[in-house]
Amino acid sequence: MIKDGKKKIWDDYQKEIADDKFYYVRSCIRQTLWPGSENTYLRVIRDVLGKEIYESENHTTCTGIGYHSEVVPFETIQTVVARNFSLMKEAGYENYNPSCVTSFGIYTEILETWHHFPDEKKKVISFLKQATNREFVEPKNLAHTSDVIFKFRDEIAAKAKYKLINKETGKPLKVVDHIGCHYAKMFPNKGVGGAEYPQVLAGLVEAFGGEVIDYPERRHCCGFGFRQYLVKANRGYSISASKKKFESMEPFKPDFIITNCPGCNYFMDRWQYALSEMEHKTYDEDGYGIPVLTYEEVAGLVSGFDPWEMGMQMHQVDVEPLLKKIGVEYDPSQKFKGANGEDLPLPEKPNHINFSV
Amino acid sequence: MGKLFDKLNSDVRFVEGISGCINCGTCTAICPAAEVYNYEPRNIANLVQTRDDSVIEELLKSDTIWYCGECMSCKTRCPRNNAPGLIIQALRKLSIETGLFVESEKGRQQLNLKRMIGNTILESGYCVHFDHLLLDVFPEQGPIWQWVRDNRDTVLKKVGANYNSNGPGAMRVVSKENLDELYKIFEVTGGIDFFDKIEKFSAAKAKELNKEIGDSTNKSSEYFSEAYTVNSINKHKR
Repeated sequence: MIKDGKKKIWDDYQKEIADDKFYYVRSCIRQTLWPGSENTYLRVIRDVLGKEIYESENHTTCTGIGYHSEVVPFETIQTVVARNFSLMKEAGYENYNPSCVTSFGIYTEILETWHHFPDEKKKVISFLKQATNREFVEPKNLAHTSDVIFKFRDEIAAKAKYKLINKETGKPLKVVDHIGCHYAKMFPNKGVGGAEYPQVLAGLVEAFGGEVIDYPERRHCCGFGFRQYLVKANRGYSISASKKKFESMEPFKPDFIITNCPGCNYFMDRWQYALSEMEHKTYDEDGYGIPVLTYEEVAGLVSGFDPWEMGMQMHQVDVEPLLKKIGVEYDPSQKFKGANGEDLPLPEKPNHINFSV
Repeated sequence: MGKLFDKLNSDVRFVEGISGCINCGTCTAICPAAEVYNYEPRNIANLVQTRDDSVIEELLKSDTIWYCGECMSCKTRCPRNNAPGLIIQALRKLSIETGLFVESEKGRQQLNLKRMIGNTILESGYCVHFDHLLLDVFPEQGPIWQWVRDNRDTVLKKVGANYNSNGPGAMRVVSKENLDELYKIFEVTGGIDFFDKIEKFSAAKAKELNKEIGDSTNKSSEYFSEAYTVNSINKHKR
């Protein structure tokens, strides 16, 4: 990546990120598809960084997927968000820290709406009171969980057990950073590095010793598109967008993809599998596909966490070739064991993409 | 200015979404939907700027407004700071309010989304729930997902989840008290009314088409299945 121009952009787009006492809010998609990543985030914040982070059992979905699928009205989602903010205040926290990028976009959009359209805010204060009798409050700081990892990237790197370096060649691993659209495309000044060349994951990759690939379709959407994936008839939209990205990144031979959005992580992992079934094609040289990691998994890996406790066996694109490249010490025999080390039936192998079982 | 335009203009997202489009086409060039569908966000901005109710009514009945993926890439690049994605959100809301969404193949999918996502929100407190992600509906989940599903109690425990249990943690049960508050918010803010409109207009359309639709939780009726799976590709593609 040529960094001269990007450094200027990055200087222009920095944001305030709280440095302790976080109020953590889970993501519907991340906890369902990548539950180990959410657990890994809490371990990094508490055990590696020694910070305080609190999780309430009372928050609900922000309803963002329903909102962007046009089944949840704007007034409704604003009030659900106001309730979630109110729960934070009741728990004694001010720094709202959502795990989901769709939610982060929702929270950002709604705070901006309340700022620019005070009548909307008045309506929501009244709705919240009427429906829940709770007190309206806005967070002092709103930062996505990837913002927090970015903020402490050097501290994590200083304590790291591994670097993003190929153990055999000694060269930095080549990494595609993929940022969820709703992280900064709507409000570029709310994302680290802005919307065009976000720094939030590029900064992590560099701090951990890797090299970011700048490829033509870097900012193209993964293809979720809400109704465009959720309804089966529309899924051609979704897989086409991911395919466009894979074709664009393939010539640069990435070692892995890192994402900050749980949906993007899912689509870029699973659509590689689907494309292998449909077209007998993978986008790497060895027929394994390009591993797609959450930023939590990357932070956990360099910190020496066990990959299977982080849930990396739940990826359909095999992560083991990457673990070997980095030289991670891990036990392959534990990959498909249960919580108490018990034997489980092995998963079926896909037909046209290599997968270690 | 007409009644439909007035309604659009009362939506803050519409107000925020357009403030004088110069028709440069940057939004269309960047749009993922425009790559696969017969769709141009530039044209959406053009049409709503006419403020003509007959033009807006045609949009509300059309497949066109349902092609956008709401990625909001258009917002970043527009030199005038418009956001066709926000205009689309306002148009879709109005299409549902007026019942015109049932007049298009893509619009009729709102019933699928209400029964899949909408019902899940109120039943579980999640937009997406592990127990609903089955391979016959989402085959791209692949064999690894089947393995996770088959061994879910022990696999999810191993990765630190609190699957279907009380207290905090990933995949926890959202308590009845919290679900009741969520329902109350939907009731007070018009969310329940919005669900009911989707059901009511869809039922009327199903009757007109002589198709069975089932009750508000049914996901296998003829009307539901057809909306969920039929893609008249020659009509929609670029």
